[in-house]
Amino acid sequence: MPTHPFHNVAIAGVYNTRQARQLPDETTESITWDAIHGVLADAGMTAADVDGMNVTGGLSYPVPTPDFRWDPYKIFGGRPVWTGWATPGIVAILEAASAIATGQCHTVLLANGQVGAYTSHAETAPWTRPSNEFTEPWGLFTTAEFALLAKRHMHLYGTKPEHLAEVSATIRNYGHVNPEAVYHGKGPFTPNDVLASRMIADPYHLLDCSTTSEGGVGMILTTAERARDLPVTPAYLLGGAVDTVGPSYERAVVFDELAWVGQEAGRRAFDMAGLKPTDVDICEFYDNFSWEIIHQFELYGFCEKGEGGPFVMDGRIGPDGQYPVVTDGGTMSFAHIGQGQYLQRVIAGVQQLRGTAGARQKDGAAVVLASNTGLTRRPVLIYGSEQP
Amino acid sequence: MSALPYGPPPQPTAVSAPHWAAGEHGELRVQHCEQCRRFVFNPATTCPFCLSGELTWVRSSGLGVVHTMTTVYRAPTPGTETPYVVAVIELEEGWYMFSNIVDCAARDVAIDMPVVVTFRQVSDDVWLPVFRPAKRS
Repeated sequence: MPTHPFHNVAIAGVYNTRQARQLPDETTESITWDAIHGVLADAGMTAADVDGMNVTGGLSYPVPTPDFRWDPYKIFGGRPVWTGWATPGIVAILEAASAIATGQCHTVLLANGQVGAYTSHAETAPWTRPSNEFTEPWGLFTTAEFALLAKRHMHLYGTKPEHLAEVSATIRNYGHVNPEAVYHGKGPFTPNDVLASRMIADPYHLLDCSTTSEGGVGMILTTAERARDLPVTPAYLLGGAVDTVGPSYERAVVFDELAWVGQEAGRRAFDMAGLKPTDVDICEFYDNFSWEIIHQFELYGFCEKGEGGPFVMDGRIGPDGQYPVVTDGGTMSFAHIGQGQYLQRVIAGVQQLRGTAGARQKDGAAVVLASNTGLTRRPVLIYGSEQP
Repeated sequence: MSALPYGPPPQPTAVSAPHWAAGEHGELRVQHCEQCRRFVFNPATTCPFCLSGELTWVRSSGLGVVHTMTTVYRAPTPGTETPYVVAVIELEEGWYMFSNIVDCAARDVAIDMPVVVTFRQVSDDVWLPVFRPAKRS
């Protein structure tokens, strides 16, 4: 087993606030405070135990919410702390873990919440409509851009709509049995239900796409040494990396230029962990669109390029399969709050490692790979129940 | 195809204006790097492949193939006529751009189909490049 500075960092607290399509009795600030209080309680800490933070409210994109970056004074009353600047999700975890591993601080609070960013449903959600001179005149938006990548894969490798529908049904059925999911109890779904839902941008039907909702999320990272003394089961970082080729939604979606971005990040993360894909018990892949799950099995080396479609069939990615995916219901069913959902992918895996996933629990889950895979930026994190 | 454009017309910048205006003369213009001889798109001030500032505007043949495409049924903003076809075009010089496929039913558009550029004036200073099916000679 290799050693890596990340191995001295643990996830000590995780918390999801109430998640809903809309939270009319909350504001972005109130739900973010809920996330902060909730995650401190989960870790058995108070703010006095924390000496670093990256707390944001609302969206940084496409137009930053006013006061997106929380003033540390609001939480720490003037006591100096380390601050992170990465956007919510795995990139913020990697930044905070680097600060902890290098001794800049010992305990970092991550949180994000969002209420009220998406109100007029005549348009698609604001984060799906980037304003760019070389994109929007032709009617592009995120669903179409991701569809373009999927369509080329289907053309090259014979990937079928039925493969995509299997993914959507599997993820939505996890949300169906998750009492915390926005779409709890709305299923179960069959692949035929997915194929029968209305088309948004082919090959993506409505049920192949992520949903939109409101809520908050928090996480606390600390040293492995401190985590051992806390009243929670720590999840230890094993490896993580990110590959970026540019901002999303600005340049043409060229399959060979974009499809395999993140492959090197995945290899680096596995090398840090001293693990290989067959060592992974749970795949908390980012599930913005169904084909992206097929894509990520290829991207991170679980199967060969082009084989992802057949790979996800026959129950392999379901509760009794080799690689359960997106076990909280993901952005398709659990929640999609704008940016905080990137952190929620990781939390779903922490629940598995703690053995607290209830009906969704995979017995003996010890190693998780989570991702925040986008079009042009692909962060990946591997973590587990034991410190190497 | 009077529904074009399917999104807000571009606001040309000092860097991009030559691209958007060239359609008035039926030309599809792209930048070419005089140092590394590669085509550069989206328009830039500096070549992203060799960091040279010697980028010159050249005329593309306007011929290409559909690299990938999707038919949009739910437009991002209300009032947009659907369905419409969004595609990535691989131009024969080896560079790529987003566009729409016009003068062709959505169901008849396919990946690898040969296409040729045509233009739609969408504002005073913008001729939007779109593509229609081409017979391969």
